[in-house]
Amino acid sequence: MNILNLFKVSLRAISSNKMRSFLSMLGIIIGVAAVIIMMAIGQGSKESIRKELSTMGTNLLTIRPGADMRGGVRQDPSAMQTLKPTDYETILAEKKYITKVSPEVNSAGQVIYGNNNTTTTAYGEAPDYIDIRQWEIEDGECFSEEDVKKAAKVCVIGKTVVTELFGEGADPVGKTIRFKSIPLRVIGVLKSKGYNSWGMDQDNLIIVPYTCVMKRIAAQTWFSSIICSAITEELSDQAIEEITEILRRTHKIKEGAVDDFTIRSQAEMMETMSTTMDTVTLILVVAAAFSLLVAGIGIMNIMLVSVTERTKEIGLRMAVGATGMVISLQFLIESVLISLTGGLLGILLGCCVSEFLVPAMGMPSSVPAWSIFVSFGVCVVIGVLFGYIPARKAANMDPIDAIRHE
Amino acid sequence: MSEERKVVIELDQVKRYFQVGSETVKALRGVSFKIYEGEFVTIQGTSGSGKSTLLNQLGCLDTPTSGEYYLDGISVRKMSKNQRAHLRNKKIGFVFQNYNLLPNTTALENVELPLMYNTKFNARRRREAAREALEAVGLGDRINHKSNQMSGGQMQRVAIARALVNNPAVLLADEATGNLDTRTSFEMLVLFQELYQKGHTIIFVTHNPEIAEYASRNIMLRDGKIREDTQNTNIKSAAEALAALPKPQDD
Repeated sequence: MNILNLFKVSLRAISSNKMRSFLSMLGIIIGVAAVIIMMAIGQGSKESIRKELSTMGTNLLTIRPGADMRGGVRQDPSAMQTLKPTDYETILAEKKYITKVSPEVNSAGQVIYGNNNTTTTAYGEAPDYIDIRQWEIEDGECFSEEDVKKAAKVCVIGKTVVTELFGEGADPVGKTIRFKSIPLRVIGVLKSKGYNSWGMDQDNLIIVPYTCVMKRIAAQTWFSSIICSAITEELSDQAIEEITEILRRTHKIKEGAVDDFTIRSQAEMMETMSTTMDTVTLILVVAAAFSLLVAGIGIMNIMLVSVTERTKEIGLRMAVGATGMVISLQFLIESVLISLTGGLLGILLGCCVSEFLVPAMGMPSSVPAWSIFVSFGVCVVIGVLFGYIPARKAANMDPIDAIRHE
Repeated sequence: MSEERKVVIELDQVKRYFQVGSETVKALRGVSFKIYEGEFVTIQGTSGSGKSTLLNQLGCLDTPTSGEYYLDGISVRKMSKNQRAHLRNKKIGFVFQNYNLLPNTTALENVELPLMYNTKFNARRRREAAREALEAVGLGDRINHKSNQMSGGQMQRVAIARALVNNPAVLLADEATGNLDTRTSFEMLVLFQELYQKGHTIIFVTHNPEIAEYASRNIMLRDGKIREDTQNTNIKSAAEALAALPKPQDD
């Protein structure tokens, strides 16, 4: 019997038991849809995080003080006071692979205007900071090197602060706010960036010349970090080497001793995030894949029932000349058809849910094309794998017994 | 019986033993006979006489424990399962007691079935052959009826057409009238006699001694051996017997 006729026979068998076939398909439909949705959410989240990170600048490098041991006790890195203005100045003077540098000093506290107040963080930065982070100033301007030198009491503020202090849509440029009782003149407003994927409001901040924060607000002589941008993302590694060399020299670290600072690149961050997302996606997909396994067992069960039910038919087919091989092929095709049809419907369902329902629930999702092909392949494998035992049972029947089976 | 006629079936001391637990059941204890082309043979015997075992041997569904069986000159004893499947496909037409038609399938498709397993037949030739076979059994006008829309007699006719479609060396009927009422049984016998007239070789296994009167030869089995093997010189006409039956009463 040729393959086409075998398909016809199998199709007829499936359609003569529509309800039963559909129910055993349902397992596959749900399983495949679940796998696709999970993959879509995983992929979508990964893409959105990647996009967000790359808007922060993929060539971004962050230098932080390293954790040091004091009397056998590992210290909190943020308490380290090892990043000094000399480090910043040396990097600025000797940089080759780096375009822009900005030290960073933070101070959290209350900001007041008139009878309004809110809690925010003041970031002490160099003017290049805005460029390094690839932020934009919507209104007004950024402070200058001159302001840094004078430790000028000026600031650029985020949209959230504007709304909290001045009300929606107000123009705060030229007005003076007070941060921890230090009066700061607003000279610019940052363009809104919304929340990041960790749920942090990126607009709730004020940017102040770092000298101003160090001298007037926080009264500290060290930086909490230095951020800089490499010329390109590809040159990040050279930039890291360059900074390492400079900082080891300015910190007078002996040959063989450990660095007292760490440098993290944005690319590295992205890598970490991707890996984390991959792991989460994998766990979700494996969980969904188990439902496919269960669905496969369901198909096997139905096929075993079908073989027993059709013992007489099998006997007849054998009597008129069907070999065991052809009989087993007939049942194998039937189970593959069930799982494949289920798979196709599952792919359809999965794609619809990922494209329409998941985004409607406010989650990122993007169906990776390969997941469709993989699901398709997995369905064929399930059909063959779980159809094999029933097919073999049919093929091994003795025509004498089978034909007289009641 | 002249010896020049072609031998279709030759059994030479065929024995078939079954092992049931520690006991050996001797179903066939050395059966030898030849069946020539164009014979209409009934094989009779009570249950336990080895009738079914013999039928399985003749139908190549089973192989002998010892002895030789030649079907159309081919030795069956050492054949593998697959070889026998192919042999059955080409040389044997089965008619079963309970028709064994595929459910929800048209008469034509049922008759096509044996040819489906023969790669030499394409769809068109298959269809033609099946149509011819159905016309030969008088169902030319019912080729697209489904098996569950037909009467017992019609279903058995379809089964006979299915047995004929591959132009087999021998037609093997296993209690082919067993499930039918008297009238329909005679209609079947008429059909078998027609096929006999056309030169088909027919083996009819039955426990009904009456049927022997309509066949050309009768083999009687008892306890796994042949007890009688007689030629019937006075073959009764099934058509006459059918005409003589009382007319079915109207409701």
